[in-house]
Amino acid sequence: MRARTRRLYTFGIAALLLAAAAALAFFALRENANLFYTPEILAEKGTPVHGKEVKVGGWVEPGSLTYSEDGATMIFTVIDNSPNTITVSYTGIAPDLFREGQGVVATGTFQTDGSFTARQILAKHDENYQPRELKPLEAAG
Amino acid sequence: MIELGHLAAFLSLAMALAQGIYGLMGQRRVAGWAALVAFGLMLVSFLTLILAFVRSDFSVALVAQHSHTLKPMLYKISGAWGNHEGSMALWCLVTLGFGAAGALWMKTGRDKLEARTLGMQGLLAVGAMGYLLFASSPFLRLDPAPFQGAGLNPLLQDPALSFHPPMLYLGYVGYSFVFALAAAGMMESRIDAVWAREARRWSLAAFVPLTIGIALGSYWAYYELGWGGWWFWDPVENASLMPWLIGAALLHSVIVTEKREGFAAWTALLAVLAFLFSIMGAFLVRSGVLTSVHAFAVDPERGAILLFGLVLYGGFALILFALRAYKLSGGKPWVLLSREGALMANNIVLIVATLTVLLGTLFPLMAEAAGKTISVGEPYFRLTFTPMLAVLLAILPVVQAWAWGKADLTNWMKWAAGGIALVLVFMALGVGIWSISLGAAFGLALGVWLVFGALYELSRRAVTVKRVFKMPPRVWGMTLAHVGLGLFVIGAVVETTGRYETTVALAEGGTGNAAGWTLTLDEVRAIEGPNWYADRAVLTAVKGGTKAVLAPMKRYYPAAQMPTTETAIHKTGTGDLYMALGEQRIVDGEPRWVFRVYFNPLIDLVYFGVILMAIGGGFCLWPRKRKKTA
Repeated sequence: MRARTRRLYTFGIAALLLAAAAALAFFALRENANLFYTPEILAEKGTPVHGKEVKVGGWVEPGSLTYSEDGATMIFTVIDNSPNTITVSYTGIAPDLFREGQGVVATGTFQTDGSFTARQILAKHDENYQPRELKPLEAAG
Repeated sequence: MIELGHLAAFLSLAMALAQGIYGLMGQRRVAGWAALVAFGLMLVSFLTLILAFVRSDFSVALVAQHSHTLKPMLYKISGAWGNHEGSMALWCLVTLGFGAAGALWMKTGRDKLEARTLGMQGLLAVGAMGYLLFASSPFLRLDPAPFQGAGLNPLLQDPALSFHPPMLYLGYVGYSFVFALAAAGMMESRIDAVWAREARRWSLAAFVPLTIGIALGSYWAYYELGWGGWWFWDPVENASLMPWLIGAALLHSVIVTEKREGFAAWTALLAVLAFLFSIMGAFLVRSGVLTSVHAFAVDPERGAILLFGLVLYGGFALILFALRAYKLSGGKPWVLLSREGALMANNIVLIVATLTVLLGTLFPLMAEAAGKTISVGEPYFRLTFTPMLAVLLAILPVVQAWAWGKADLTNWMKWAAGGIALVLVFMALGVGIWSISLGAAFGLALGVWLVFGALYELSRRAVTVKRVFKMPPRVWGMTLAHVGLGLFVIGAVVETTGRYETTVALAEGGTGNAAGWTLTLDEVRAIEGPNWYADRAVLTAVKGGTKAVLAPMKRYYPAAQMPTTETAIHKTGTGDLYMALGEQRIVDGEPRWVFRVYFNPLIDLVYFGVILMAIGGGFCLWPRKRKKTA
C-alpha cells in the first residue's frame, strides 16, 4: 500500500469517527445540557417539557420546609425577587449547608402539576463558594 | 528554619537555570550534575516546609493558614501540599526530581539528546520555580505569629487524599520529562527507535502514578462525599482523565516508533500534548473557572499565570513541531490491516474520546461567555465517551494478534463469529435471567471479551504452558493491563447500572428496609475526636443469616467551621452496603435521623481493575533480562 493511499484511509477513518463523535456530542449537548430556571425565568418562559432534566435555583422560603410521612422526602418552596415560586421535593439527605433562607440549586425534572422533583440539590457553601448559577441572582438581589 | 528553605529554593532555581543553559549547549555531564544539585537543594527546601508544618510553626504564614496543633500528624505532613503554595512547591520538587532521575538513568548513548532533554527539563523547572518564588511563595513569615492555625479543609483530612496529590503530580509532572525528551528529539530532527525506547520508559513512569493518583481521588470521593458513586464527570475529574487518555495513546503509539520507527511525528506530538493537558488540568483545578466539588485552593489570578505558562510552553513546542515534523522518519512500510494500523486506530479513538471529554468540560465555560448558564453532566458523557470506549474495547482482542507490516487475516471469521456469539449470549442472559438493559449486557460482554482476549494473546505468544512464565515482563505488563481494563469495565457496568439507592428516616430503635437489608437504628450518640466532634449512628443490618453493624458519622470541625460526612461501608462478596448519615428531622413531632443507603455491586472490581492497569504498567517498566553472551 502506498503511503499516500494509507494516509487517505487513516484520515478518512479519523474524519468519520470525529464526525460521529461530533454528531453524538451535538445531540447529547442539546438533550442533556441543563438549562437553569429561577421562579422569575420560569414565569417568563413557561414550564419546560415534563421529563427533561433542568436546574432550578433561588432561596429556600423560610418556614416552607416540610417532610413526607415516612420522613425520607423533603418538600420546600424556592423563591426569588419575583412573585412566582417553585415547589421542590427531594428524597435524600439535605446538603450540610442547606438552611431555610439560604440559596439552593436543584437538578431534576418538572412534574405535570408544575412541582419540581429534584435528583440532586446543592446548597450555598460559604462566602468563597456558591453555586455558579446563583451569582447573577446574588448581584441583582 | 524556613529561611533556609527559602534560600535553598533560590539556589535550586539558579542550578535549574544552569541545568537549562548547559543542557541546551549540549554539556551532558555538567547539566546532569546541575540537575542533581538542583533537586537536592529543592528537597532540603521542601523538607524545611514539612518541618514547619510538623512543628506547627505558625510564624510561617502558610502553616498558620492551613494547619492546626490538634491535627493528627499525617495531616500535618500532608497539609504541606494540601494548599496552593505547598502543592506548587511539590510540583517544582517533582519536576526537578524527574530531571535528576533522567540525569542518572537515561540510557540512550547519545549525549546531545540527553543534554538537551535535561536542558529542556531545567527550563520547565525554572518556569515552575519562578512562579513558586515570585508569585506564590510558601516561605513567607507572619508577624506577629498567631497562637493557633486555621486548620486544613476537613474534607482533605483523609488518608487516601494525603497521597492523592503526590501521585497525581508524579503523573502530571512525569509528562514534563516526556515533553522535554520530545523537544530535544525534535531539535535534532531525530525521533527514532533509540529515542522511543527512552520515551516509552518515561511515559510509563508518568502513567503508573497518574493511574494510581486518579484511583485514590476516585476512592476518596466514593467514601468521603457520601454520594455513593465513584466518578461524577466533574470538571476536576475530567482534568485528570484527559492527560491519562493522551498518555494511554502515547504508550501505544511509542511502541510503533520503537519497533518500526513509524509514527515518529505523531508520537512526538502526543508527548507534547500529554504535558500540555497536564498543565491544563492544573489550570482548570487552580483557577476556579469551573465549579467543582473537588476544587481546592482556588485563585483566579494565579490561574492566569498558569494559562500563560500553558500558552508559552505549548506555543514553543508546537512551533518546534511544525518546523521539524516533516523531517522525521516515516518508518517501515505497512498496510492498514496490520499492527501499525491497529495501534493507529487505538490512537484515533483515544484522541476523539479525549476531545469529547474536553468539549463536555469546557462547554459550560463557552456557554457562560455567550451569556448562558448551562451545565453538562453524566448523561452527556455516557452518550459520547462510552460509545468511543466501546469501539476501542471491541476491536482490541482481535487486532492485538495482528503482525507488524501486514496482518494475517485467515482467522477473522472465527474472531467475528466468537465476538458476536459472546454478545448474543450475554444479551440473552441479560434480558432473560439477570433482567438488565441491553446496553448493560453489551458492556458486560465487552468486559469478558477483553479479559478473554488478553489471556488468549498471552497464550498465543507463549505457545506452551511452560513458557507462559518465561514471557518477558512487558508481555506480562500488557496482559495485566488489558485484563485490568476488562475487569474495570465489568465492575463499572455492573456498578453504574445495578446501583441501588434509597433514603430512610429512622427513629432511635426504629427499623426500615433498604436493598434487601433490614436496618435497625440502635442509637445516635455524640462523640469527640482530636479536632472534631460528631454525631455517630450505630445501625444493625440484617439480611438472611448475615448481620453487620454500621456506624456512619456526621463530623463537625470547629477550626474550619465545616461539617463532613463519614460513610459506613460493609463489604459483602458481591458489593458494598454503604450508608451516609444525614440531618435530624422532626416528622409528626417525632425526631428521626435520615440515612442515605446504597448497595454498590462489584465496586471493588472497578478499583481492582484500575490498580491492575497500574501494576501492568509497572511490569512494562521492568527491564528485560539481558541475554548472556557465551
